[in-house]
Amino acid sequence: MYDVSIIGAGVVGCAIARELSKYDLKVAVLEKDSDVSNGTSKANSGIVHGGYDAAPGTLKAKLCVKGNQMFKQLDSELKFGYNKCGSYVLAFDEDDHKEILKLYEKGVKNGVKNMSIVNKSFILANEPNVNPEVYSALFCGSSGVISPFEFAIALAENAADNGVEFFLETPVTAIEEIDGHFIIKSDDRKFRTKYVINSAGLFSDEIAKMAGMEDYKITPRKGEYLLFDKDIGNMANAVLFQTPKEGSKGILITQTYHGNLMIGPNAKYVYDKEDMLTTKEGLKEVSDQAKKSVPNIDMSKVITQFAGLRSSMEQYDFIIEETKKGFVNLIGIDSPGLTSSPAIALEVLDILDKSGLGLDPKENHISYRTPYIRMDHMSNEEVNELIAQDGSFGKIVCRCESITEGEIVDVLKRSIPVKTIDAIKRRARATMGRCQGGFCTPKVMDIMCRELNMEMTDINKSEKGSYILSGKTQKAEGGNEQWSMIL
Amino acid sequence: MVYDLIVVGGGPAGLAAALKAYDEGIKDILIIERDYVLGGILNQCIHNGFGLHKFKEELTGPEYSEKYIERLKDTSIKVKTETMVLKVTEDREVHTLNEKEGFQVLKAKSLILAMGCRERTRGAISIAGARPSGVFTAGTAQRFINLEGYMPGKEVVILGSGDIGLIMARRMTLEGANVKCVLELMPYSNGLTRNIVQCLDDYDIPLKLSHTVVSVHGDKRLEGITVAKVDENLQIIDGSQEYISCDTLLLSVGLIPENELSNVCDIEIDKTTKGPVVSDTRETSKKGIFACGNVLHVHDLVDYVSEEAEIAAVGAAKFIKNSAAEQKSIKTKGCNGVTYVVPQKVGLDDQDKVVKMYLRVNKVYDNSKIKVTAGGVEIASKKYDRLIPGEMASINLVKSKLKGIDMDEVVFEVEGA
Repeated sequence: MYDVSIIGAGVVGCAIARELSKYDLKVAVLEKDSDVSNGTSKANSGIVHGGYDAAPGTLKAKLCVKGNQMFKQLDSELKFGYNKCGSYVLAFDEDDHKEILKLYEKGVKNGVKNMSIVNKSFILANEPNVNPEVYSALFCGSSGVISPFEFAIALAENAADNGVEFFLETPVTAIEEIDGHFIIKSDDRKFRTKYVINSAGLFSDEIAKMAGMEDYKITPRKGEYLLFDKDIGNMANAVLFQTPKEGSKGILITQTYHGNLMIGPNAKYVYDKEDMLTTKEGLKEVSDQAKKSVPNIDMSKVITQFAGLRSSMEQYDFIIEETKKGFVNLIGIDSPGLTSSPAIALEVLDILDKSGLGLDPKENHISYRTPYIRMDHMSNEEVNELIAQDGSFGKIVCRCESITEGEIVDVLKRSIPVKTIDAIKRRARATMGRCQGGFCTPKVMDIMCRELNMEMTDINKSEKGSYILSGKTQKAEGGNEQWSMIL
Repeated sequence: MVYDLIVVGGGPAGLAAALKAYDEGIKDILIIERDYVLGGILNQCIHNGFGLHKFKEELTGPEYSEKYIERLKDTSIKVKTETMVLKVTEDREVHTLNEKEGFQVLKAKSLILAMGCRERTRGAISIAGARPSGVFTAGTAQRFINLEGYMPGKEVVILGSGDIGLIMARRMTLEGANVKCVLELMPYSNGLTRNIVQCLDDYDIPLKLSHTVVSVHGDKRLEGITVAKVDENLQIIDGSQEYISCDTLLLSVGLIPENELSNVCDIEIDKTTKGPVVSDTRETSKKGIFACGNVLHVHDLVDYVSEEAEIAAVGAAKFIKNSAAEQKSIKTKGCNGVTYVVPQKVGLDDQDKVVKMYLRVNKVYDNSKIKVTAGGVEIASKKYDRLIPGEMASINLVKSKLKGIDMDEVVFEVEGA
């Protein structure tokens, strides 16, 4: 019997798993997809928000500000990469200026630190690519950027290193209550557990329904993004927001943690929880809006587009509660969910504690996670030492991001299994660059075959069915050799 | 230790450049190649049609590069394969990484950049929709089939009628795939005429001009695409949308010179060619650093790449021997239908020289003429039966004709465009 079973390995589920791994508990994480951080947590802005725009007195305000303050320590332990680059909310006229003054007031009420109202010359001195029509801005020095999936992966790996059991490709199909505990079913498999944490994001309403709680309704809100080549990453040094209109934070422009320029998201309610389609209209809306803040974005430098879904509800605030004994619901965790996630985990811990789950600290708990080997952070001497030990660190596989074979093999050896091209992409960054895997996908697949004992035709981009290759050629099959004569 | 010449890239441009420089008396040459074999993209180009101009015979890609690789054996040219160049500097330092030697800084009296190009991706042309597997650039699919022995899919649509797209339409058909059609955004194909005949017409594969992909469907593997017709302004014609089911979409939508190293070295880049601005010796804006092949501008035929590489090699050899005198140069420019001209600068001193100028036009011109003027004076012209964007044109510029003309630039244009 598990003490706690967490449904959903997004950033919230992983943060809770990591927090629980500090205690003497038997914990399971059930994830429907082939990797952790595969839903909303992988496709968002990657911002550690200051917390000035959440409505004062809400969980969103409290947990965003608290979560924000936890990132420095978390990064020192888990080494996922965090850049406290600051943010501006840009105002372009008197009306906008009034709005950012209100934001400032809200920020003060929420306890946000390092805020100031700055003038045009300050903005342009620090962000020379901002539209010179800018009037003023709210600067927040507490904001920053992370790579959202690397954060979630780091939390998961550290949790797994401390004994949390992750079950990937394990979709929950039914939940039963028997004798004061729960049985979670995934087709034929059963997980017996004292506590259930529902951190299923977009699907949290459906999970709640399986346990007899019918009152929740997630209405996904889609956001589309454009990602640009690193060589124009410095078009934005800090995160550049626009003055919020009608409750939306608007289109932002940011340099991602790894140095790409990124713009987005728009906001559109959709009915399908799998609707991750980008649209021509949506992408145009994003680029048109972004150009209001930074007019000279070179659109020929786009390397990819993507969309993510916010797990929004009609209700503004997060739901974090033990709705029935032993069953904790986390529903409607939309923005600022990423920033809040470490604080949400503490909140859940508090709920479990009060509910009677004994929390005895684990004696041999390890807070630190060995970071992935990143040669771009090394000196030439360190690089040569590494290659002297293992030559595969001298073999570049992904030329756009300068990722070596050794760095790819390193991410395959961690406590969360890596089975897909996308899982490698999110960890080692191979196929993430300007050629989008055009050159390195075959090489990455060769490495997967060798290291994971897979066949080329078994390799998926992401979920089951997303195969890359349909079969062997006639020549490779041994038949029809004459074709190669004709060609 | 300082090499006389380091050539970055061991594809057709790099090989031809190294061998020509050797013939010009430079013996201390190093070729650096990132792959494990020389030959570059030619290794996966197993179709024929290479070498008609250069060797007067039809060769496959590997046969073409083999002609050069064989010759290397009789020279003192050194080769480092599986070696990545991470950086070049204007002092002609080359930072490299490989398995055996680790990180190294090599130096040379002169450098020739021959890094080639890469394919434009789905992201670069903003095709909306889902992001399933099954969307490949044509070159990646070619590598899977020809070098790895695997098929990317069975029901295929190809977007872009550039040469790689056309070649892949035939290749996939021969491997048993059903190539449903080739879509081309423009009202004409950018591929060579012979490829349209030999790769599409011979296999009854329809070429749909003025068509594009509007959306991609399928949440795991590609299930289909929505295509539409476009008008003369390349805008989608409403109501022309059509769904085509397929498991594979190949993109042959253009090539981009790979100038990441040039950018780090702060070499001036031509916004149109996306390659370095060069003089008639193919010297870049940095002294002693030359460029040739597809890193300079995208060529249609490898034969022209070799030809250009030899020009760069002669320039580099002169530079190494200190016999390249500083000279004044004049800018060249394309306008009225001419999208670009290479070289972008022409030296004015060695006036006995004839410079072969390469250019491309913006659309199809039948029975037309390219006119070259300097200071308002016509100094050269050439008639063409047909000029198309997909085929590079050339015209000779006799330097002595520039003598005594008061000019800022030499202008190339399509007469009457």
